[in-house]
Amino acid sequence: MFTNQLSLVIWAPIVAGLLVLATGGDQRANLARWLAVAGALIGFLLSLPLFTGFDNLNGGMQFEEVKPWIASFGIQYHLGVDGISMLFVILNSFTTLMVVLAGWQVIQKRPAQYMAAFLIMSGLINGAFAALDAILFYVFFEGMLIPMYLIIGVWGGPRRVYASFKFFLYTLLGSLLMLVALIYLYFQAGKTFDIQAFQAIAKIPLNVQILLFIAFFLSFAVKVPMWPVHTWLPDAHVEAPTGGSMVLAAITLKIGAYGFLRFALPILPDAARELSWIMVALSLVAVVYIGLVALVQTDMKKLVAYSSISHMGFVTLGLFMFTGSHLNQWAVEGALVQMVSHGFVSAGMFFCIGVMYDRVHSRNIADYGGVANKMPIFAAFMMLFAMANSGLPATSGFAGEFMVIMGAVQVNFWYAALAATTLIFGAAYTLWMYKRVIFGEVSNHHVEEMADVNKREFLVLAVLAIAVLGMGLYPQGFVEKMHLSVNDLIAHVAQTKL
Amino acid sequence: MDMKSLYLLIALSPLVGSIIAGLFGWAIGRRASHVVTILGVAVSAALSFKVLYAFLSGQAEVFNAPVYTWLTVGGYEFSVGFLVDSLTAMMLVVVTFVSLMVHIYTIGYMQEDPGYQRFFSYISLFTFSMLMLVMSNNFIQLFFGWEAVGLVSYLLIGFWFKRPTAIYANLKAFLVNRVGDFGFLLGIGLVLAYFGGSLNYSDVFAAAPALASKTIQIIPGCEWSLLTVTCILLFIGAMGKSAQFPLHVWLPDSMEGPTPISALIHAATMVTAGIFMVSRMSPLFEMSDTALNVVLVAGSITALFMGFLGIVQNDIKRVVAYSTLSQLGYMTVALGASAYPVAMFHVMTHAFFKALLFLGAGSVIMGMHHDQDMRNMGGLRKYMPITWITSLLGSLALIGTPFFSGFYSKDSIIEAVQLSHLPAAGFAYFAVIAGVFVTAFYSFRMYFLVFHGKERWMEKKDDHHHGHDDHDHHHGLGPHDKPHESPWVVTLPLVLLAIPSVLVGFFAIEPLVYGSFFKGVITIHGEAHPALEELAREFHGPVAMGVHAFTSLPFLLALAGVVTAWFFYMKAPQIPAAIKQKFSFVNQILENKYYLDELYYAVFAKGSRALGTFFWKVGDMLLIDGLVVNGAAKLVGTFSKLVRKLQTGFIYSYAMTMIIGVLALMTLWFSQIILR
Repeated sequence: MFTNQLSLVIWAPIVAGLLVLATGGDQRANLARWLAVAGALIGFLLSLPLFTGFDNLNGGMQFEEVKPWIASFGIQYHLGVDGISMLFVILNSFTTLMVVLAGWQVIQKRPAQYMAAFLIMSGLINGAFAALDAILFYVFFEGMLIPMYLIIGVWGGPRRVYASFKFFLYTLLGSLLMLVALIYLYFQAGKTFDIQAFQAIAKIPLNVQILLFIAFFLSFAVKVPMWPVHTWLPDAHVEAPTGGSMVLAAITLKIGAYGFLRFALPILPDAARELSWIMVALSLVAVVYIGLVALVQTDMKKLVAYSSISHMGFVTLGLFMFTGSHLNQWAVEGALVQMVSHGFVSAGMFFCIGVMYDRVHSRNIADYGGVANKMPIFAAFMMLFAMANSGLPATSGFAGEFMVIMGAVQVNFWYAALAATTLIFGAAYTLWMYKRVIFGEVSNHHVEEMADVNKREFLVLAVLAIAVLGMGLYPQGFVEKMHLSVNDLIAHVAQTKL
Repeated sequence: MDMKSLYLLIALSPLVGSIIAGLFGWAIGRRASHVVTILGVAVSAALSFKVLYAFLSGQAEVFNAPVYTWLTVGGYEFSVGFLVDSLTAMMLVVVTFVSLMVHIYTIGYMQEDPGYQRFFSYISLFTFSMLMLVMSNNFIQLFFGWEAVGLVSYLLIGFWFKRPTAIYANLKAFLVNRVGDFGFLLGIGLVLAYFGGSLNYSDVFAAAPALASKTIQIIPGCEWSLLTVTCILLFIGAMGKSAQFPLHVWLPDSMEGPTPISALIHAATMVTAGIFMVSRMSPLFEMSDTALNVVLVAGSITALFMGFLGIVQNDIKRVVAYSTLSQLGYMTVALGASAYPVAMFHVMTHAFFKALLFLGAGSVIMGMHHDQDMRNMGGLRKYMPITWITSLLGSLALIGTPFFSGFYSKDSIIEAVQLSHLPAAGFAYFAVIAGVFVTAFYSFRMYFLVFHGKERWMEKKDDHHHGHDDHDHHHGLGPHDKPHESPWVVTLPLVLLAIPSVLVGFFAIEPLVYGSFFKGVITIHGEAHPALEELAREFHGPVAMGVHAFTSLPFLLALAGVVTAWFFYMKAPQIPAAIKQKFSFVNQILENKYYLDELYYAVFAKGSRALGTFFWKVGDMLLIDGLVVNGAAKLVGTFSKLVRKLQTGFIYSYAMTMIIGVLALMTLWFSQIILR
């Protein structure tokens, strides 16, 4: 639609966020809310041409923009999306709109700042997905954490300081090492920070590749999060407000996996192959171990947080399914579908928990029971998201897991068998929670007083439900966009740099 | 109308009804909700009959075409598509006809329930899902339908979601089925990986013969036949859905759902999906004797040992439920004996007479004001004549009375097993033949307890409330109440189901089992598995078969079962009580269902929770958080304490440090210049 579509997608939400901030204090809260919705909607609408105007027959970068930025260091303002990153830009813009709607009445304390934080974060995240310059990526990648810290730190629960501190400690470790890795690659690529130039580096010795891989791993694995660097996530989720959890689960986690896909795999194919068994092992630990941990949670948000880690295990599993030097296409595309799907499903689950929390002010499973008696419409929606979380066919949750499992069988039967245990564990922890919270007789007077969803909540639930069902019934619409980009990635990874 | 639109209409019209009743039932009301769903299923049923007729008269051609592309990966297309052949056509009629009967019946049964529209929406959704399952032309859609019927089953078992037992049962059903699906999905994975990269039945079956001797290493060092592993994994799926030992534990508990769905889902249709699936996969199963032996063993254990449990039940629905388990075992045994057409034949006859028995039981429950305990019944034949006669006909069909439909299918199974050459066939034959006596005994125990003898609700003590089937205000009949016959919407389906329960076997056995109906659809390797061929040689028409049966062992065993039941429960009721006392150990085991529920609960439910708690408390909290994360934080803290000592607060010590720093930098700088 516009020649600089990606810039618009990045900066429009940020400008909107600044405008929302400018409305000032709480007395003009409604203006701030409406402005935020308008900003988020414009951001989402601006992202749509990326999907509709996307050329499926082009596996390379599209909507590219290049401008010099810090010329002396070869740093450029270089943007572009392929069939992979494009989906996440749209997913992010979509989620932002949902989050702004979700926080509408719930956030009474400084709503303008709350909404602004999400809008600005949305722009920064779009930037991280669209950046084709490593430094530009790094700036967006680190920058988006600031609004997230604030969201958890200001609007979070009682232990928010511990949660943000833990998050900070984890992230700090990896980020600095990644910066060192980027600087090393800068010299190897001929004094440029262009990511595609990094990928084109012809020779990197294996031991160097492994060191660089570890640097990237520490940065991205924390974000995914992979076992054993996952323990910040349940704490962050528990303390974050509903909107924060939605973005955290739907988008922030995806950046870690995206980092593997954009940096670690194509730049360091030999290290990725050599270390793939570790990645697979950690992913399977995530699926099984974390699945069992989720089963015994008493806090709904913690349960869904652990479930997120378990589902993200499928993503990292799918990304590192090597047969010889070839990645498995089923598995890679499955990982991508899983990423998008998890965006919808986890946003739906966290929103559902938020809806109940707003009424009862508890996240404890034990404080509920029989919600279906009082909130039948809500119960129906939550059933859908719970089923999607359990990977029921015809929901988006199935498509990704199915593809990864199908890919894994081709590589190693036991990978597939361990991954497929999610059919049992995923259903067990999700539906057991659903049973205790939603089914049964009304258990106490708090539940007795619960009113069914209002129009705004209904809207958010319905839109997310349509997304979950749409992607489950017709994943082709998403997958056809990514085919050629994934083919390129696989071809690239298959070329050794030794 | 072209065939594709016709088949789409068959599948989608129940879905449309379901969506209307489900989303707008609150607006259009009860009557419109049942009208629209019944209309949807009726359209489906009428067209299904048309399709079946076309296949029976030989005019129809096999339809196999995609409807839309679900996914393409790596150049392979995965579509939602229909395969309609004679096997599908038969299932279409069974599913839509029973579903239609259940829809009508529900008007009477759920009359007072506040979830009326929701119930109609669910059963129509179920019909759609089941149709998609049987019409699929590929494994993915099969799995879709497979899981979708599981979902609706889950929703319907837990329909009365306030009842703790119901929501326990539905979770259990879903999870046990998921264990089966775990195997099923891996089986599909192997199919995709090794059978030419396609999941379409036709491609997979075409690729199978070339893989006959292919082996794979699942455990390093062990070469296993690919087909055996694949078939066993697929069969694990069937064990879940069709409730075969040891994954049968969910089916008895599923009786917590309203009775109409017990008839539709947990007797006539969904639970036979596994049987249907294996029949569909006959080209694969035929190539692995090992897998067929596994099928035989699982089926025969289920057929006999679940029958035993039917003997000790007092809840009328549970008797029928254990009977269903046992009959599913019979069907599975038929599959193992490579008599797939016989298995499908039994699927059909069983669908009619078991739906009839369940709906009859439901009618009795209504008549008894929602009391399900047979010990409170008796003599109901006077009060509920239609229910009585139809239930009697259903029971006669079930036990295999000559000329009834169940006789033709069950006797064919027994004979096929006898002729099978597989090692497990000996045990299977013993199980199915012993099962005949057991079936007749528990069926007529129920029949006599319910419809004959003393009217025991009269002498019931007031505290004896076993009211079970919803409606908390109902507590069964009081001593002065009288049972009543159900309204016509309930009895009409009973009558309509009784007709095929009696007749369909006589007319269907020749075309279905010995004719060319399943030709080209079901594959049997005659040289290796000649049972059905030999059976065909011995078959001289349905009349001869029926007449001959009067002197055969199964008939005598069935007769013995009926007579024993009559003697025990009509003549000398002190005998069963005495037996119970004398063999209390056996009785204990049977009443506790071989303690499998307890075992599974202790090992799987408790075990996984214990493991989860261990990982959480020890792995996450103690090791990762306690040792590493907080340890690192403490390390930083300790380090900062040390560093703090450097901050003395005196200007001169800072100045001194600065000077040293500047000096060090200058030295470095100069040395570099000098070195250059």
